[in-house]
Parts: sequence; C-alpha cells; structure tokens
Amino acid sequence: MIRLEKINRIFQVGDQQVRALNDVDLTISSGEYLSIMGPSGSGKSTLLNILGLLDQPSSGKYQLDGRDTTQMDDEQLARIRGRKIGFVFQFFHLIGRLSAAENIELPLILAEEAPVTRKPKVQEILHRVGLEDRANHRPDQLSGGQRQRVAIARATITRPDVLLADEPTGNLDSVSGAEVIQLMETLNDSGLTVLIVTHDPNVGDRAPRKIKMIDGAIVADTTKRADEAA
Amino acid sequence: MVRLATRAVTAHRLRSALTTLGIAIGIFAVVLLTSIGEGIHRFVMSEFTQFGTNIIAINPGKATTMGASIGVFGSVRPLSIDDAEALRRLPYVEGVVTMVQGNAEIKFGRLQRRTTVYGVSPDFPQVFRFDIASGSFLPPDDPRNPRAVAVLGSKLARELFLKESPVGARIRVGGDRYRVVGVMEPKGTMLGFDLDDTIFLPAARGLDLFGREGLMEIDILYVENAPIDELVASIRRMLISRHGGEDVTITTQQQMMDVLGSVLGVLTFAVGALGGISLLVGGVGIYSIMTISVSERTSEVGLLRALGAGKGQILTLFLGEAMLLAAAGGFAGLVLGWGGASLINQLLPSLPVHTPLYFIFVAESAAILIGLVAGVAPARRAAAMTPVEALRTE
Repeated sequence: MIRLEKINRIFQVGDQQVRALNDVDLTISSGEYLSIMGPSGSGKSTLLNILGLLDQPSSGKYQLDGRDTTQMDDEQLARIRGRKIGFVFQFFHLIGRLSAAENIELPLILAEEAPVTRKPKVQEILHRVGLEDRANHRPDQLSGGQRQRVAIARATITRPDVLLADEPTGNLDSVSGAEVIQLMETLNDSGLTVLIVTHDPNVGDRAPRKIKMIDGAIVADTTKRADEAA
Repeated sequence: MVRLATRAVTAHRLRSALTTLGIAIGIFAVVLLTSIGEGIHRFVMSEFTQFGTNIIAINPGKATTMGASIGVFGSVRPLSIDDAEALRRLPYVEGVVTMVQGNAEIKFGRLQRRTTVYGVSPDFPQVFRFDIASGSFLPPDDPRNPRAVAVLGSKLARELFLKESPVGARIRVGGDRYRVVGVMEPKGTMLGFDLDDTIFLPAARGLDLFGREGLMEIDILYVENAPIDELVASIRRMLISRHGGEDVTITTQQQMMDVLGSVLGVLTFAVGALGGISLLVGGVGIYSIMTISVSERTSEVGLLRALGAGKGQILTLFLGEAMLLAAAGGFAGLVLGWGGASLINQLLPSLPVHTPLYFIFVAESAAILIGLVAGVAPARRAAAMTPVEALRTE
C-alpha cells in the first residue's frame, strides 16, 4: 500500500529552480498493475525514484505500508529498498563480471543471507524466468530479452511487494519486449504490485490502471473496469 | 561480500596485478633490507657476547658528558694491580682480569714473529670463556711479582713450533726469557682481530715489557643475578677511596650491549625506512586505481544502493578491494623478500641475513594498513554518492 500526499520535488539547476513534481497525490493498492506515461521531462522518472526510495521529496508525505518514509535515515531506506522494492531498468544494470546467477543472488548477499539458503532461491527463480540453462553465462553472452529477464529475477528474488520498471522494454525488440511484459504480468497475477514507466503506448495500454503525467503533475488516472481488463 | 570484492579485483587481472606489484616491491624491499639489517645486528651482538655477559669493565679516566676522557690530560692515577686485588675482595665478584696489551717480537730458536701480547691475570680464561688446549694457563703467582711464564694462542703456537709441543719450551718475548706453560684452544676472530695470534703473559710482566705505569683495563666477572647497580656502586666507592677521586670509567657489558643494540636498531630501522618509501609509492598506486575503479563503477554503486546496499556496505566493499590488493601484494612481497633473503644466505654465507617471524606479521599488517588508508578516500566517495545520480551515470 503506497500513499503519496502533496509530493513536490524541486531541483536546483544553476540558479534556477525546476519543479519536477508538483503536488502529486497518488495511492496504489497492493497487487495493482499500473503504467505511467507522459512526455520526456514530465516527471515520470522522478516519481519512480521517489516511489523506489532512491530519492526523497522536497516536501510532502510518502507512506509505505502505513509508515512515513520521509523521516527515515539512509540505512533504513536501504533496508526497505532491499526488502520491499524491486527495480528493473531500461539498461538492465547487470554487473558484467558476474554470471547471471550471481547477478540474481546480489540482493540476498546485500541482505546478508546465508549462502545455503541463497542457492535454492536462485535456482527456483531461474526456473521461473526460464533461464536455468543460462545460469553461468555472463551478461554479454545473453540476448537483451534474456538480460532483462535476469534483471527481473534479481528484482524479485527477495519477494518484494512492489516492482518498479523504468522503460523495461525501451532497449528491446518487440518480441523480447512482449516476453518481458508477459513475465511481469505473470508476477502481478501472483500478487506483486507492478508499476511500469514507459513511452510505448502498446505497453502502457496493457495495464488496467493508466496514469498520464505532464509537467510534473498527474493529468489523468484511469482504471479499466474489471470486465474490460479481462 | 568477500567474494564480491574478490571478483572485482580478479575482473581486471592486469590492472590488479600491476597495482599489487607496487606493494609487492615495497614489502620485498622492506623485508630484504630489514633482514640484512637484523642479520648484521645479530652477527655483531654474537661477536660481542661470545666472551660472556656478566662483565664489568673499568678503564682509567673519567668519561665526561662530552665523551672525551680527562685521562688525556694526565691528572689520573693509574689503575694498578693492587687496585685489582682490592676489587677481588668485593662481594659478588667471581674473577678479576687485569689487562695490558701491546705488540712484541716472540722468538723461538731461529723463528720469530711479531704478535699481540696480552698481560693478564690468571682469571682470564674463566672470565672471557677461553679454553686451554694443552698445559695450563698462567699460575696463580703473587700478582706483583709473577714468574716469567707464557701461554700461547693456537695460531702463534702453530707458527713457532710447527708440530712440536710448545709446553715447557723456552722462548723470548721482547728480549726477556719466558717458559711456555700452555696453549689456548682456537677462538677465531672478533670483528677482524685474530684472537689466536696472541701470547698471554702475567700482567705485571706486561707492564714492564711495555714500560707502562698502569693497566689499560680491569674486567670483573660477577656472579649470575648479582645486583649490578649495587656492585657498580661499591666498585666506584672503593676506587674513589683508593684514588682520592673518581678517575675511572665503569662500563657494564649490559650497557655496552644496550648502546650497541640501539645503534644497530637504528641502522635496521633506517634501511627499513628506505624500503618503506617504495611501500608508500605502492600505496599511492592503490589509491589511484581505487579512484579510477570507483568512478568507473559509479552506476554499479547506484545499482547496489537500489538493491538495498547501505552506505556502510558500499564502503566495506571498496575498502575490502583496496585491502585485498594490498594484502595480495604484501604476500607476494613477503615470498619474494623471504626468498631473496634465503638466496643471499645460499650465495653469500658471509653476509648475515635473518628474517624474524614477527617481521613477516608486521610487514603484512603494514601492507593491509596501507591498503586501508589508501582505500578510505575512494571508498568514502563511493559511499557518499546519491543512488539516483549514480544510476544515471552510464
């Protein structure tokens, strides 16, 4: 459960102030599947960063599962990111010197889980994203779609509540892109909240709830009725 | 975490190897140079302790704070054989050696040889741990009027008598006739002085031979565990009362060893510090590589932060890498340095080399510490990055 109230984010660029987010209110229930669309510079990515606790708002209130995150210190935020939030990026952000399995294992290492419990989890999730035979390949030996599937596996291995995807298909051909979206939808079906920021209307339109942003503000927030979504 | 750091180091093999090499050379230099320094230290110390350590030396003339002796100006009463006899009666004293030294010509038949003459008291072998090969040492005669007998060093005996036994033979020392009563065991050299090309005469005869008024030195052997300060004080009191003033210098073997030890310690430290300079250069190498590494991996830092890494974990990761580089270099340097020291031992046995075990721990700790210090600034920079900006860097 995510609740944003009057979120502002102001950047100082030279001696000018840029208002990237302007009094944004947004509530997301757990298990939702929503897309955020809008032109470049509309504040989509800033909103995503704030939702992912990578960035803090200049003012406003962000409650995550009933807890106010704006009062938390850096270590608390890092722990919540590790436990509750998974990230998928446009450029995958895999570590080139590590194998697919090792990349997937990273969040568990950072959470200081014991190696004995890490291995089975990695195996299970590799199976789920269909990359068991690619476990020991390095990212440069994988296709774009495979890389993004590794990234999704890494984002979900800690069983987070929310998956935040920033242009997840922006760097993929349409076939791999569709596979990646399908994978995220499957995860959503099993209860994961999925939020996709995208330029691509084909991707954005699949989500039952669509948010449109312009100039740092939410200008449309539409939800398909259940019978339409099906 | 350890494996993450290891993987980061092994990913750039050449770069890591070169960085490691810097530290390796530094540690190599430190270990080798201090090994040589320590070897020389031990060598010199053992040269000096071969005569025993429970010895107090008394020399005429009072050493002033300037280090010069007022004995030079002649206002000193000579150290006499009577002084030595008086000192013999002090508590804790086990033996007293009166000593006068010079050069004289020794003749046996047609053979003659110039050699070092020691005028000593009969306690000499006991005090300085010399052994007698045949016959006996100087007999305990009246020290003021001893018989004209002599004891030969092993080399002198060999040179003058070839294969004959010298005991009982008559020789001339500086023109006076002496009877040989014994031959010493070989003792070797001390700092280049041949201790076997010598002849020992009674001290009183030595004084006559060289025309001296006083002894050059009195050496006192004291019992093990004697209270040294008390003994030195009683020696000083006795000589002041006999001479009417303090005109001698009393040096315990311990003092000598301490001074010598500290001089040699400084030497070892100095050569070690020379090696330390290259270690410093190695540290700078680690610093620059870590700085490059952090800026290259900015987006990786952003990713790790997004995946739940706290600032502390980022700091640990990069510090770990720096320390790993340094520790690996240190280890390589230790192996090289130890190997080098062993090689010197093999090739140049006369050059004393010694690597104490604790050096190895100190050197490796120093390497790791250098890695830590060199890594702190880059690691802190990595930890201080904001996740959003770090992720944006591609």
